[in-house]
Amino acid sequence: MQKQAIFQSKLLPYALVAPQLAIVLIFFYWPALQAVIQSFLLQDAFGLSTTFVWFDNYIELLKDRAYFKAIVRTFFFSFAIAVSSLSFALLLAVMADKPLRGSMLYRTLLIWPYAVAPPVVGVLWIFMLHPSLGIIARYLRAMGVDWNPLLDGDQAATLIILAAAWKQISYNFLFFLAGLQSIPRSVLEAAAIDGARPMRRFWTVTFPLLSPTIFFLLVVNIVYAFFDTFGIIDTMTRGGPGTSTVTLVYKVYSDGLLGGNLGSSAAQSVILMIMVIVLTGIQFRFVERKVTY
Amino acid sequence: MVEEEGFRRYVAHIILWIGIAIVAFPVYIAIVASSQDNALIANGQMSLLPGGHFFETYYQTIFVGTSGSTREPVGNMMLNSLVMALLIAVGKIAISIISAYAIVYFRFPFRMPIFWIIFITLMLPVEVRIYPTYKIVADLHMLDSYAGLSLPLIASATATLLFRQFFMTVPDELLEASRIDGAGPFRFFWDTLLPLSRTNMAALFVILFILGWNQYLWPLLITTRDDMQTIQIGIRKMITTTDALTEWPVVMATAVLAMLPPVFVVVVMQKLFVRGLVETEK
Repeated sequence: MQKQAIFQSKLLPYALVAPQLAIVLIFFYWPALQAVIQSFLLQDAFGLSTTFVWFDNYIELLKDRAYFKAIVRTFFFSFAIAVSSLSFALLLAVMADKPLRGSMLYRTLLIWPYAVAPPVVGVLWIFMLHPSLGIIARYLRAMGVDWNPLLDGDQAATLIILAAAWKQISYNFLFFLAGLQSIPRSVLEAAAIDGARPMRRFWTVTFPLLSPTIFFLLVVNIVYAFFDTFGIIDTMTRGGPGTSTVTLVYKVYSDGLLGGNLGSSAAQSVILMIMVIVLTGIQFRFVERKVTY
Repeated sequence: MVEEEGFRRYVAHIILWIGIAIVAFPVYIAIVASSQDNALIANGQMSLLPGGHFFETYYQTIFVGTSGSTREPVGNMMLNSLVMALLIAVGKIAISIISAYAIVYFRFPFRMPIFWIIFITLMLPVEVRIYPTYKIVADLHMLDSYAGLSLPLIASATATLLFRQFFMTVPDELLEASRIDGAGPFRFFWDTLLPLSRTNMAALFVILFILGWNQYLWPLLITTRDDMQTIQIGIRKMITTTDALTEWPVVMATAVLAMLPPVFVVVVMQKLFVRGLVETEK
């Protein structure tokens, strides 16, 4: 697609793209290239000499059980966050899509958590579920649950999934509502005339027509769980207890910060980059199919 | 018409209110905690109703900060967050709109390669290149500065794509008409294109402001001085100390203050927010 009416100028267009190009080259391509180069190098403990080691950093990484566990954990978190947040948001959106009084008010009251930053989400949830002072933890203990996410890895993971899913409800709700509103009423009416009860109408008509939205949101939620949970994890558990809440992004951060193993950290960055490229690719392919949401 | 019987409507109302309660509960607890006495909270005796320390806690939080480790007043952190968020939002819009203008309204060698160079950055979020980027910012002596906080986050393929898409829908006749009036590329951009883009820019601004305000990993890495902290970093440092020493009312007040500006923007500019969200995700 190209414009027919254009301006003629030799230098002006370059001047116009220059600021963005400069920032992109300095802060995107150069560091990305550095990461790739570094991932093939091994630095000695004092940072005095480096040797080119081909894929050694990658091989080390893939042999490392901790890294493998972090991969599995990240995917598990993503899946759990996406499924719980999507299903709850879908339920709310289906309800809000009905011709109810005050539906605009409902929408306003449900979408604002989008604006809450991940670290703040982490602080809010750890405060409610803190083993010694949390208000919900108190009730859990009264019910006989041995609740201590600061010591129990599974409980810490549950806490992170809950908090991360909570934040994502509003986003999913908004897109589900838009998806539901774009379904033509006539289709539902036709199903109703054929005698389909509301539940049946939902599963046979609404849900299939909503599947593009669901798929789109699934990808977005996975990307969210990969990257934006960093703030939640860092304020709630710092990856602990042990390494039970360390995700891939958190590992890049903590290995680079504490370990000083630049080669491994760089190799991890490159693997993450490849994952993002795949995910973004899926997202784009799918947008090209002209899905309406 | 698909009729909804009365009973089903009641169920819908109830489910929606339960959803709202779940969504609002953590924030309610934060507001309540920020008005209570620290000793009470530390003992696990926090009540579900507001206490009487509301104003003194917020006064202390904004103007003094915690009494312990980080003495930075939260008011100053909010100022840092505000400057960073505005720089990111305005910077992104400014550099994206002019580069989109060049790509749509000019023909020049390397036009498409340049477009692709910008486009591909979509796939390089700051999280996957943190340490090399950190090193560059350090080499440029931009640690602990607003430039360091905002510049690496300013390049945005999304905004460029959005403006490109929008410019493509602007009828060619407008350009021809203003050319007859003797307008050059600057005049056309300033008098015709910019006013037409106003809604798009506003919608984008709302989203970018929220994203900028909520940045975490990047400011965490590159700010070392307390007076350059953003509010999101400040809040984490407040709970670093051992649990017993954490001043929870101040932490919760900070959490509330950190939420206030972006939530306000979402609620008050809801139309623009929804539009911006849907458009930037496409």
